[in-house]
Amino acid sequence: MEKGSLMTFSFEILLLILLLVTAAGAILVKDLMSAILLLGSYSFFLSLVWAWFGAVDVAFVEAVVGSGLATVLFLLTLFGTAPKDSRLRRPPPPMAALVALPLLGILLLYAANDLPQFGDPNSPANVHISPTYLEQSYRDTHTPNVVTAVLMDYRSLDTMVETVVIFTAGIACALLLRRHAS
Amino acid sequence: MKMFFLGVLIVLAILIGAYLYRVLQGPTIFDRVLGLNAISTKAIILLVLIGLVFDRVDMFVDIATGYALLNLVGALAVAKYLEQKGLP
Repeated sequence: MEKGSLMTFSFEILLLILLLVTAAGAILVKDLMSAILLLGSYSFFLSLVWAWFGAVDVAFVEAVVGSGLATVLFLLTLFGTAPKDSRLRRPPPPMAALVALPLLGILLLYAANDLPQFGDPNSPANVHISPTYLEQSYRDTHTPNVVTAVLMDYRSLDTMVETVVIFTAGIACALLLRRHAS
Repeated sequence: MKMFFLGVLIVLAILIGAYLYRVLQGPTIFDRVLGLNAISTKAIILLVLIGLVFDRVDMFVDIATGYALLNLVGALAVAKYLEQKGLP
């Protein structure tokens, strides 16, 4: 098992390095088109990280929305703007950000020590309300999938209003794109 | 067998690094698009392999299919953009 955990660790490190390289590339690259493509690959690697940690639903959404739809939406925005906009001239980052952001990162890493271990059965997230859902959701809602039961039954109003928001955003996008086409 | 799949995962992730160099460095936009397409072919395999490592292939095949479909849409959007705007 020693060898297995070493291989797992090296795969995770590789994945995180790829993530960092694409994120830095998307910031540093000189024209907008390449930045869009790099952002697409960035969110793809992010979805691989989610999949690796077992959050399959999140990984699916990240792959579909982040690297598929967002790329297309950004490209449509480039369609609608003038060609002179596609070159970037960046001012150098302010000194305060260069000092403050690493400090903030160190602070967050320090705080992360107090978080419960990954997969700890006694962590608050696992003892507070999850067992109730796991035990009662099938009896209450007759839905085999617990995530679906929480989203569509216990929080159905929430989900409905979210749908309204997304529908409104879709209509706004369609109107903007149609105006550009005509 | 799990070790074998993990090994394949690591080798593929290293290979993605080679493509990523082309995407970051590529002098023309076509190099970047081609590199990105090659990355996404590796990516689909990576997703299915992660499923094999976790013994949950049925779930991960769904993600891989969705990603493959939307990657096609993205490539078409890039092609249409280049057609309309002219070559950089």
